[in-house]
Amino acid sequence: MALAIASREVDGVTVLELSGRITLGEGSVQLRDAIRDAIGKGQKDILLDLGEVNYIDSSGLGELVSAYTSAKNQSAKLKLLKLTKKVHDLLQLTKLYTVFDIYDDEASAISSYK
Amino acid sequence: MKCGVALARPTLEANDSPVTGPTRERRSFRLNSSMESVNEVEAAADKLAIDAGLDEDQRFHIGMAVREAAINAVLHGNQYDPARQIAVSMENTGKDLVIVIADEGQGFHPDKVPNPLAEENLLRGTGRGIFLIRSLMDEVHFRQLHPGTELTLIKHLAPTGGKT
Repeated sequence: MALAIASREVDGVTVLELSGRITLGEGSVQLRDAIRDAIGKGQKDILLDLGEVNYIDSSGLGELVSAYTSAKNQSAKLKLLKLTKKVHDLLQLTKLYTVFDIYDDEASAISSYK
Repeated sequence: MKCGVALARPTLEANDSPVTGPTRERRSFRLNSSMESVNEVEAAADKLAIDAGLDEDQRFHIGMAVREAAINAVLHGNQYDPARQIAVSMENTGKDLVIVIADEGQGFHPDKVPNPLAEENLLRGTGRGIFLIRSLMDEVHFRQLHPGTELTLIKHLAPTGGKT
């Protein structure tokens, strides 16, 4: 299943709900475009809900990192919400768990931006 | 574009004395240098893991490692060149799952890949594929083919069919 992205606003935070796979050729480009779009609109607080992301490859991990650095370079904050076990394990394996702010519940994530 | 699975018919080499797997066989095929081929190799590896009785985590590890290796072959090795193919073989020996993926590219030196866990590399957008392959499989061997690179990925099987 390719990546689907739904966007909504919660207390000024742009929540991007991702569903599907983030892989080379399937979801990486969509994710990049969605982040670029949000930053381009001046959004400074971006939360990626990965609760329905069931697969991510090295390209997808790289895209998450690129999104993080792009946001930071634009003085925006990109955080992660609801990792599936597979994504959680991969972020730990690659030490990216130490890079991102990661939350299990949306309310805590939203309040962390204040 | 439909990928090139029909370019070479898979070959099955049956063995009469399986140890742990339901059958001992080797499947070999050649594919075009396309993302469709990557998906096809990943699906074939998943079937190999299912047939070996591996659990979901082990299937995920094998599928991901094989996908990364196939991407390296198609993208970095053959550079999507329609004149180049990747050669794949998969075998359940009863003791191991053995997946071999070879490209026809310029060659590759895995030792020259920067460590993606190093502090200075953590925020790089690329360079995690080989690390993931090595982390998710029990053995990984590289061989230079001149031209091309061959990767052999091995997952040990427990006597009951699971990982040791």
